[in-house]
Amino acid sequence: MYSQGLIGAKTDTGEDEAFLAAFQARIDAEEKIEPNDPMPDGYRKTLVRQIGQHAHSEIVGMLPEGNWITRAPSLRRKAALLAKVQDEGGHGLYLYSAAETLGVSREQMTEELLSGKAKYSSIFNYPTPTWADIGAIGWLVDGAAIMNQIPLCRCSYGPYARAMIRVCKEESFHQRQGYEIMMTLARGSDDQKEMAQDALDRWWWPSLMMFGPHDSESQHGDQSMKWKIKRFTNDELRQKFVDATVPQAEFIGLKIPDPELKWNEEKGGYDFGAIDWDEFWRVVKGGGPMNRQRIEARRKAWEEGAWVREAALAHAEKRKARRAAAKMAAE
Amino acid sequence: MPKNQIPLWEVFIRPRNGLAHKHCGSVHAADEVMALQAARDVYTRRGEGTSIWVVPSSAITASDPENKDENFEPALSKVYRHPTFYDIPDDVGHM
Repeated sequence: MYSQGLIGAKTDTGEDEAFLAAFQARIDAEEKIEPNDPMPDGYRKTLVRQIGQHAHSEIVGMLPEGNWITRAPSLRRKAALLAKVQDEGGHGLYLYSAAETLGVSREQMTEELLSGKAKYSSIFNYPTPTWADIGAIGWLVDGAAIMNQIPLCRCSYGPYARAMIRVCKEESFHQRQGYEIMMTLARGSDDQKEMAQDALDRWWWPSLMMFGPHDSESQHGDQSMKWKIKRFTNDELRQKFVDATVPQAEFIGLKIPDPELKWNEEKGGYDFGAIDWDEFWRVVKGGGPMNRQRIEARRKAWEEGAWVREAALAHAEKRKARRAAAKMAAE
Repeated sequence: MPKNQIPLWEVFIRPRNGLAHKHCGSVHAADEVMALQAARDVYTRRGEGTSIWVVPSSAITASDPENKDENFEPALSKVYRHPTFYDIPDDVGHM
């Protein structure tokens, strides 16, 4: 999911066999890799990209929901949504910190997001025209994120794994508040129920796409599994998500928009229809309905905040100089 | 550090009175006042602490992982530093 940005990336690594074997032995022994430990260049690069993309996803993910904070239907919903969006900001910061331990700067990551060089999760390029979208995002998008993030708590890179443990602890409320919104709408008037169904119809397939291409199409997946950055393949996680979510939809009387969805007794999971991969690639490559607006919003925040960052640094310099002068005068 | 980069601070939080401050992450901030505010917003949204320390990351000196063995291995062979090394009959009671 957060490795969508790795698509087409090289994981080649220039080290000799003995170095790579010694590193792999540490991984196989379930030892955590820490920032100053020797590591293959490919491992470092893969993590910088994946953690960076994950951080960007949290930050850009604030935008579709931020859209509804001022229009939430009650004070209870508003307080919860505000807290959730604030959490996403916090999660972005934990993740940027984890990426920085690998030697990349915050400024560099921000520039790569704004220039389009770095990706973020495709899901945030869809619009949120109704209040039910806030329910659908919490339930489905955060649900899919949790499915993906729980195994990342056991990722071989220590700082990433520790950030994920914190994120997972906080994320559970996000999914529950979303499901509660959907449940309330689904049990409301006909119009409200229709709005909930419409949101599910629009978010279902993009949520399945969040897990990334089929395993057969995903080349770097093998290396990431070997290095224990990933613990499950894209298709395994997608299947888990479908199996967990279908009964939740049934419980509130909503219909998953997939005529081919059917319980498969033999495999103990649901069979589901084909994903529109053309749409996935279009959105990943920047052609989604909201790609332009999302990056524009981030650029605006970055540029309009520049004077605040400069002023804060200038103020810190001035105070430091004054303290030094006072100390000299006292001596 | 390039001039336009905002300094990094390590954040330590005391979960409650009686416990030590524990490292929990880092924040970027121009000075110590803003570092404390950022640490509060980022790391204590759910009552995780009653006190925060922020320390400039550049002020921390760390041991080199390359020297891990010579630093820490000598302790492993000194089992007589642990109470379980000594055989005391059960009849003596709790000791």
